[in-house]
Amino acid sequence: MSTHTHWTVASVRAALAAKKISARELTSDYFSRIENRNGTLNAFLTLSKERAYQQADKVDAMIVNGAPLPRLAGVPLAVKDVISTAGVRTTCGSKILENYMPPYDATAVELLESAGAVILGKTNCDEFAMGSSNENSAYGPVQNPAAPGRVPGGSSGGSAAAVAAELAVISLGTDTGGSIRQPGACCGIPAMMPTYGRVSRYGLVGFASSLDRIGPFANNVPDIAEVFSVIAGWDPNDSTSANVPRPDYTSDLEKPVTGMRIGVPDEYFAAGLDDDIRKKIEAGIALLEKIGCKRVSIRLPHTEYAIATYYIIATAEASSNLARYDGVRYGLRCDAPTLNEMYRKTRRNGFGAEVKRRIMLGTYALSSGYYDAYYLRAQKVRSLVTRDFFDAFKNVDAIVTPTSPVPAFKLGERTADPLQMYLADIYTVTGSLAGLPGISIPCGKTSQNLPIGMQILGPHFSEGRVLQLAHAFERAGGFTI
Amino acid sequence: MKISREEVLRVADLAHLELTDAEAETYRGQLDSILEYVDKLNALDLTGVEPMAQVLLAPESAGETPMRDDVVEPCDDGDAILAQAPQARKPYFRVPKVIDR
Repeated sequence: MSTHTHWTVASVRAALAAKKISARELTSDYFSRIENRNGTLNAFLTLSKERAYQQADKVDAMIVNGAPLPRLAGVPLAVKDVISTAGVRTTCGSKILENYMPPYDATAVELLESAGAVILGKTNCDEFAMGSSNENSAYGPVQNPAAPGRVPGGSSGGSAAAVAAELAVISLGTDTGGSIRQPGACCGIPAMMPTYGRVSRYGLVGFASSLDRIGPFANNVPDIAEVFSVIAGWDPNDSTSANVPRPDYTSDLEKPVTGMRIGVPDEYFAAGLDDDIRKKIEAGIALLEKIGCKRVSIRLPHTEYAIATYYIIATAEASSNLARYDGVRYGLRCDAPTLNEMYRKTRRNGFGAEVKRRIMLGTYALSSGYYDAYYLRAQKVRSLVTRDFFDAFKNVDAIVTPTSPVPAFKLGERTADPLQMYLADIYTVTGSLAGLPGISIPCGKTSQNLPIGMQILGPHFSEGRVLQLAHAFERAGGFTI
Repeated sequence: MKISREEVLRVADLAHLELTDAEAETYRGQLDSILEYVDKLNALDLTGVEPMAQVLLAPESAGETPMRDDVVEPCDDGDAILAQAPQARKPYFRVPKVIDR
């Protein structure tokens, strides 16, 4: 098998059914690809070969027996290392979980495996998904396969790089403030965050529970739809998951988008947006108009407050979620004579700088005397940011924006100033706060040949429509505009 | 200045983090500029605005998050869970002594 085959979910399905390749051969081909490239890219932290071959053999047995193949049969999958995999090391990019073996699978992992997907391994990420460049991983940075020497974006940098470099056909990432969409944009591939509650968070290691979501990376929009058709749905193990029926997201993909009203928010094209990105997104919107969409100018007036709101809420929730890493039940323990000293030493040695910074900011925002001024205030502004979107969706079917104001930057270029790094999340944190579904799709490249991402946001549970628009854009040649 | 060195140390203490002198100074500066930035939220009049504690409870959202039935289900995972503990003696997690007698 040539290592240059560009597999998709559909082509894997066809090749397996026609017995052109076995699931075991395909799995082995992907492990060779990983062997060749991962030394440079550092996209994978752990490979799960035994589990992968077991699953591949199961699929091959189905083929031999003529059994109907599930929809993701044999599809090589990579999973971000903040998502639990039973018996496969799950580090969260942190030293504090260096040897942690979850005793159970996340619901999304279980569903994908039941649908036949082959889990190749776990991908690198910013520690506990906190970062926008993957440089906060305790296991080293990830190289952007589309732009060598540059960051892949973050925090799901490894999941984005693995799919962009075709070391996996699909991957799972997580998005709290942009951690799926922004690396998708940086690496030049589709990447989507579902509505809050659409995909179970059971087994996702918590960072900010009111914002965290699981979603896929792929090399085309139909593959994104395939993954959601498997992982969406209510889960009694996640009390915030929504009881909304799971459609087959692939069935409406080809429908025309004629007459769809596309909102373009003025606030997302203000100062700070890279010129090349502005031009390409404008060209992308013009293409959407050409295929029948109607452009509508909208206002999202609380956009400028979103970063401040997000970094208070996310860090407050993080400080609470990460209190569990204390050296008692799992993970690292640094021995000390007293319990308190043991906690302190363990957390001091186990957490990296960004995680400590966010724990402290969140602890401060929740601490006595400051709660009303920071956390409560941020929760109120979150209502206003969300209200902006609900108002806008009275007049438009979807909203189109750049995914990030800047393209992938050079490794090490932005690590010195955390606030500057946070500010670049401006176009993604808004949809996170409002619980909206959002996809980033490729929209050409900058003059330096760096991928550009276009974001499409929709109302709650409008994944089908967002995917339909994204696919129409893809078919019209928008990815290489 | 939004946050003093003493406050940084107090917060670190609350969060069970130990900081070196150099770290305390670095974090003080960084947290200071972040808090300075966050101050922009004070420009908004929030009278009558409800805090958003639940994402899917907004009337515009189509979401519904049902409660599951309150039934007893077996959860016999003690061994698997204790196997991850740095120190355990079934059925307990072991920690440094907290009571002197």
